[in-house]
Amino acid sequence: MALERIFRRKKPQLAEGTDFPELWSKCPQCGTQTYKKDLLAALMVCPTCGYHNRIGVEQRLEFLLDAGSFEQTSGAVYPLDPLEFVDTESYRGRLERAQLKTGRPDAILAGRGRILERPLMLVLMDFSFNGGSMGSVVGEEISRAARIALERRLPLLIVCASGGARMQESALSLMQMAKTTVALQKLAEAGLPYFSLLTDPTTGGVTASFATIADVILAEPKALIGFAGPRVIQQTLRQTLPEGFQRSEFLLEHGMIDIVSPRAEQRDVLARLISHFTSPSPGTPRKGALE
Amino acid sequence: MSDPLRDLENTIVALERTMRDTGADLMHEIGVLKTKFDSMRHSKTASPEASSAPHPLSRWERVQLARVQGRPTGLDYVERAFENFVELAGDRTFGNDQALIGGPATLKGQSVMLLVQQKGRDTKGNIRRNFGMSHPEGYRKAARLMGLAEKFGLPLIALIDTPGAYPGLAAEERGQAWAIAESIARMASLKVPTLSVIIGEGGSGGALALGIGNKVLMLENAWYSVISPESCAAILWRDSKEAARAAEALKLSAQDLLALGIVDEIIPEPVGGAHKDMEATVQSFSEVVTRQLENLCTLTPTQVLESRRERFLGLGSFELRD
Repeated sequence: MALERIFRRKKPQLAEGTDFPELWSKCPQCGTQTYKKDLLAALMVCPTCGYHNRIGVEQRLEFLLDAGSFEQTSGAVYPLDPLEFVDTESYRGRLERAQLKTGRPDAILAGRGRILERPLMLVLMDFSFNGGSMGSVVGEEISRAARIALERRLPLLIVCASGGARMQESALSLMQMAKTTVALQKLAEAGLPYFSLLTDPTTGGVTASFATIADVILAEPKALIGFAGPRVIQQTLRQTLPEGFQRSEFLLEHGMIDIVSPRAEQRDVLARLISHFTSPSPGTPRKGALE
Repeated sequence: MSDPLRDLENTIVALERTMRDTGADLMHEIGVLKTKFDSMRHSKTASPEASSAPHPLSRWERVQLARVQGRPTGLDYVERAFENFVELAGDRTFGNDQALIGGPATLKGQSVMLLVQQKGRDTKGNIRRNFGMSHPEGYRKAARLMGLAEKFGLPLIALIDTPGAYPGLAAEERGQAWAIAESIARMASLKVPTLSVIIGEGGSGGALALGIGNKVLMLENAWYSVISPESCAAILWRDSKEAARAAEALKLSAQDLLALGIVDEIIPEPVGGAHKDMEATVQSFSEVVTRQLENLCTLTPTQVLESRRERFLGLGSFELRD
């Protein structure tokens, strides 16, 4: 008992509600308190248990790209409310709130950048904007990014984080699954590589379209990835789901993805993949090269 | 006269007994049936029969019509509008999905490849067909048959009628999302003409998997949406009983989708719905499908591919700002 008390007393400055709580962050998985600066240096991955905290688009850019290499190309495309959709709140209201919160027109950011000196086209989905849902703007920006990659002969990386297609644009959202697929096929025909990096969570229509037709699919550890959400499945089956179901490691085991890639290794593995897929051996006929 | 509601109830009881006695895991079948039972009981009280009244149908009423027992299923069209259908089975990887079937057939003397989302015509059939909800092997079979269509130069006709892809454990394990994405990608890349016809329910990605038509046609009382009204209501209103409101908000009717450019032509149904007169429905289906297909067959393979691509690249609603 006494020993336990001493043990407890050692921790209090790390516990919540103490002197500088804003300097510390508690891991949602293992509960360990980490000094925020250390957590940031570890790319927001818990040093104790390896839990990958969800990160925003700006931080993702910073972690992935060579410093100062990003040149934004997205941002001119703004959402409309074609169906005049109202549920408990109007779609317009939801959009305005999300735009104010994120400073972006919609749930996506795209631009050119470099990873370890290799140029690429990069698309990031913003989960904090309406759950990263895919409506017309997301579909159009992905198509534009694919077009830029094609014109400049750049590899494309899409970092996915999305609850799926956006309900408030109904069938128009559904059509973005087809639209993005077509845009990416043009890239494929030109022999340009397309990589997707699936992050927590990637579900629904995004998973059933552009996210999973990549040449190489990477996923962050323990990201939730699937078509139907776990709650829907649970309701259908009326039974609890097995541990680790629909997580990256589960999908790797089932042959659905190529690599479970911890955040600290992503730059390196992407750089190597880009190099491999953009350096065919001399004399080898290459798709798109003859046109 | 048989009462479908009573039949369904009996089946549920029988399944529960089987599960108790044998220990077989029938939980999800029973779950599906119970949901179906609830919705049937509901639709019985809010009968779509009122459709013969002069007022225009609400979107929710059309959803009820799209689901009504006795509505022509995919095979009803296959048997009446086509000839020489040869069903081809299997995805060559795992199994043979019964909710999505296909194979070559002839339409007015022209060989075509058919892909058909098939619901059961009765309770037993519905269990076999999983209520038209495919597992990944269904979409992989579709992609395989698309390959055959391309190889042998057969136009592809897809009949869409699904509440959605099956949201189950095994389906996820075998890559439901991957299979749908593959089917979409394959269909988008075909150089043979493709025609998609939504004959009943067009539920989300599971429907879009066969929805990449050069032309997309839709029966008058079919619905097509990113999500079912019930699921939408459960998420946005936190109450699936708000499905009628969700149906209105989702703008999922054939008229709505025609206005949005997502659908190219509406196939008219007899007054009261397709189930009121199957022969008339099939005739109007044949007339439109034959005419649309004839037009598509005048295109070169490149035109077929490029015009389909342009069609889907052009779908979306947004504005450009500086």
